[in-house]
Amino acid sequence: MEFAEEIREFLIESNENLQTLDQQMVELEQNPSDEHLIASVFRAIHTIKGTSGFFGFQTLGSITHIAESILGQVRDRARPLTPTLVSLILETVDAVRQILERIESCNEEGENSYQELRERLTAAYKEPAGEPAGEPAAATAPEPARIQGQALEASPMSERQAVSGAGKIPLPEAASSSPNGRRPERDTDPGQDRCEQSSGQQVSPSPTEEPQSDSLLHRPGQDWAGIGAAPVPNDGHQHASQERRELLGGRRATDATEGSTIRVDVKLLDKLMNLVGELVLARNQILQGSQQPNATSTTAQRLNLITSELQEGVMLTRMQPIGVVWNIFPRVVRDLAAEMGKDIRIQMEGTATELDKTIIEAIKDPLTHMVRNCCDHGIESPEVRVAKGKSPQGTILLRAYHEGGQVNIEVQDDGAGIDPGKIKSKAVQKGLITDSQAAMMQESEALRLIFLPGFSTAERVSNISGRGVGMDVVKTNIEKISGTVDIAQRSNAGTTFKIKIPLTLAIIPGLIVSIQDHQSRATAAPALRFVIPQANLVELVRLEGAAGRQQIERVHGAEVYRRRGRLLPLISLRQVLGVARSGQALQTHGSVESPDDQGSVINIVVVQAEETTFGLVVDHVNDTQEIVVKALGRQLKSLGCYLGATIMGDGKIALILDVTGLAHLAHVVTNEQQIQAVDGELAAKTLDRAQMLLLFRCKGFARLVLPLSLVARLEEIPVARTESAGGARVLAYRDTIMPLVRLDCLLDAGAADPSRPEDNLQVIVFQDGGRYIGLIVEEILDIISDNVTIKSPGTAFGLLGSGVVNGKVTDFVDLDALLRRAAGTRTDPVPTVSRSPHRILLAYPRRIVRGNLRSYLEIRGHQVIEAATWAEAAKALEQETMEVIFTALDLGDRSGADLLAHVRRLRSLESVKVAVLLGEDQTPGSATADSPGFDQYLQFSDRGAILSYLETLPTGRTAHAPANLAREHKEWAA
Amino acid sequence: MNPHPSSNGSAEGVRRSLSKIRQYATFRVADMFMGIELAHVQELMRHQEMAPVPLAPSAVEGLINLRGQIVTALDMRRIFSLPPLKSSDAPPMNIVIRSDGGPVSLLVDEIRDVLEVQGEDWRALPENLPAARRALLQGIYPLEFDLLLVIDTERVLALGAD
Repeated sequence: MEFAEEIREFLIESNENLQTLDQQMVELEQNPSDEHLIASVFRAIHTIKGTSGFFGFQTLGSITHIAESILGQVRDRARPLTPTLVSLILETVDAVRQILERIESCNEEGENSYQELRERLTAAYKEPAGEPAGEPAAATAPEPARIQGQALEASPMSERQAVSGAGKIPLPEAASSSPNGRRPERDTDPGQDRCEQSSGQQVSPSPTEEPQSDSLLHRPGQDWAGIGAAPVPNDGHQHASQERRELLGGRRATDATEGSTIRVDVKLLDKLMNLVGELVLARNQILQGSQQPNATSTTAQRLNLITSELQEGVMLTRMQPIGVVWNIFPRVVRDLAAEMGKDIRIQMEGTATELDKTIIEAIKDPLTHMVRNCCDHGIESPEVRVAKGKSPQGTILLRAYHEGGQVNIEVQDDGAGIDPGKIKSKAVQKGLITDSQAAMMQESEALRLIFLPGFSTAERVSNISGRGVGMDVVKTNIEKISGTVDIAQRSNAGTTFKIKIPLTLAIIPGLIVSIQDHQSRATAAPALRFVIPQANLVELVRLEGAAGRQQIERVHGAEVYRRRGRLLPLISLRQVLGVARSGQALQTHGSVESPDDQGSVINIVVVQAEETTFGLVVDHVNDTQEIVVKALGRQLKSLGCYLGATIMGDGKIALILDVTGLAHLAHVVTNEQQIQAVDGELAAKTLDRAQMLLLFRCKGFARLVLPLSLVARLEEIPVARTESAGGARVLAYRDTIMPLVRLDCLLDAGAADPSRPEDNLQVIVFQDGGRYIGLIVEEILDIISDNVTIKSPGTAFGLLGSGVVNGKVTDFVDLDALLRRAAGTRTDPVPTVSRSPHRILLAYPRRIVRGNLRSYLEIRGHQVIEAATWAEAAKALEQETMEVIFTALDLGDRSGADLLAHVRRLRSLESVKVAVLLGEDQTPGSATADSPGFDQYLQFSDRGAILSYLETLPTGRTAHAPANLAREHKEWAA
Repeated sequence: MNPHPSSNGSAEGVRRSLSKIRQYATFRVADMFMGIELAHVQELMRHQEMAPVPLAPSAVEGLINLRGQIVTALDMRRIFSLPPLKSSDAPPMNIVIRSDGGPVSLLVDEIRDVLEVQGEDWRALPENLPAARRALLQGIYPLEFDLLLVIDTERVLALGAD
């Protein structure tokens, strides 16, 4: 077809216009007086109208013409812009989009003439007062030619075209049959429309297209007369059907909408061209200058520089702002909100954040799904919101920002959030998890259940979200592009989905690891190198010597490493890949423990794949590099454990590991469930007998420790960043003000603050609820895992006492006392060691309270086992013998009273004392009335009273062994 | 008789019998003299350093860095169930062939000449050939000095692929 190239340009341009049009219309609705916006919308429609007239697209021309006329009225302030009008214009935009898609796929407008839409548009045009179009449109047949004259000062060319085009609009004889209240084209939501339509095009072109083309052939003069291209050539038809064949094959031929083109800044192109020129020069130098040996290194350096700049430049050409995807959301949200009677505002931050084009396209659907979910499930109706004391208008916040070579995208709503309890029970009901797993699960884990395949069900399906596309699909799609998705929420304050995706897929950062291969047939490769994509990397753990090896335990034959109190399944990369160690046969099932010739160092690369986190044991950890991903041949594609290969700096090949594939290969996924079950048992059995301790020092105290569980973060903060407020040093930290306290000043009130502005402060950050406090120390020494062997209570302020840690005497910090002094409240006297040590179960949901009290009690000789929830407490009771239970009234999953009832039901636990720990806002009086039956009511902050209460209890093991208890528990259960 | 018919014969003659003459890149694997249609061959190379691929199908010997492109190398000895090369033998050579999934290298003991043979000399495989071997061969050209076994490139490349 002779205008093929022009039409293609028209399509590209129009689609770009349409993308912004949606958003601008929604903005305009909120801000109707913005003249720039009106002008911009007007211009976009006008351009489409003009050009369609030129090509003789009649339907398109007439629709946009009326829409333009209406917008002209708005622009001239002849009528207000009502929501009804905005909907109508948006509908027009949809229709235009449909027609454009049709033009793109079969070079013609299609037989839908959008008669009904045109009538409504005309009717709307004729009521400048802006009342909802209530009267039948048929009474007033459209007279576009006059409209034209009234409202527009279009260019003569497009005017003429528009007139001739508009003149052919069939008069609506049948129009009376379509009353304006009905919206036939829009009774499903627009996204679905689009979706169905495009999939219809790609997969199964409807048979109705055939007759259209035929009719086109038989009546050549009619549709195309306007542009004089009278005989629609036969090859046009063939072209169309060939395109259709290509569509059948899953490929789109002319892909203007799908973005086969990209706009690149000419400056950037110039820069790239320059760089290529320099590259050529550098090559010439290498070719000629090989005689001069010292010139080579200079050239190599230049080459290095040019290549990195070239890499960056080429990547930039592929970069697009994320706003390209987000632009559709104001419209989506507006329509959904209107449909559901909700009031939702969408806010965007970081629209300019740039991403690789392929990634932009890949996240479009997942993001749309999430936004829909937020509208549908997240945000409540205005009445509910008002009842909850929120503003009736819900907000969806989209945020995008760069962080560490990755892009973070957040979809946040301020709705009701997700009830973890409901999620759990549903997952149990679906058989995705067991009852006991559900009981053990923490809130964040429970939330992640929504990502499990098979979780989304018909029950959830509404018109808006959940058309069989569950969150699992969202997750899979994001993981396809090496991204991760996570969910977090504040109770009753909304849900946040957080997506992390790489900037680009072609070049990724990765960690190079290696294993020794002594039986390799390739003689020149003593070590096999592999790349682990940075996106999968969690952390590196290095265990040294015999002590390190002891930290590896066996559970059901699987090796595990206790990582901060949780069991981490270990996989030996060597074993999974069946690579032999020296002197051993292939595929041995030995231990991952390193042989002596490896210097007894165990390197664990902690990686994450889908839901599982596991440790990959490798021989050597080399370094991180940016690698270029290359595809593997078909012989190796089906292996599942490699993503591809890359060429290293020395020209050798390294394979890129597919961590997810490895996990499946090593059966970690199934293993992990067993381990998790055992994890619970083990955790209850030993319950952190060896604690993770943070070792640090400050002036005058060479070795101080704190349980690591109390520490929120370790930060290094330049003094210059700190500020002074109310005479104290503070730091703006994560939206709050964090007071910073020097530990040496606390321990020794007279100490001066010697810090100079250029110093960096080592700060241990503690968190309790939303509050942070930072403790300035001189140096963080280490994080160790140790059993504290000897303890002697101290008498100095701020220290619980001393113990032996790693063979050296170390002081234990009394964090509670320090934080109290920092906050300026009283501290209680330090009593001496208990004469009657007890075994105590401490069930309290707040970790910092639990940790502080545990340290305080343990230093006085008591044995404390922690539990955060009812389930953990019950588990601990099965495993361990207890004498005293301290519980909070609210244990998250169940209440403290439930725990009391549970204990009282079991005969073997009858001698166990159960005391309740009350919060600051609770008094023993009210608690006794609300939950009677506890042996004692204590304030958790009154440590003296807790200690004295323990002193009154008789010593001695009175409780039964856990084994009996377990049996009894079963009997009772039966 | 000259074993290399390609080296004689005028251009005129070649053109006249073009439809009948076929060109094969020939090579040796153990005691087998084999050929592959020249049109499939991209290039011939000496032994290259190879990166092993753990867990790969047995036919895959490793990966070769061919000017920045990653090429899978298939061991012809293992494909034809022949004993491996002894360490004292010369290292295998590469015949890189084009395929839909990018270039693939075949590791052979020794690369021989490009031979032109007459299409009419084509013979079907003898019935007594082991079935596993038959599946990988297309046919035989009885030459003056030896039998040229023509391998079925598609089948060989499909080994290990799903």
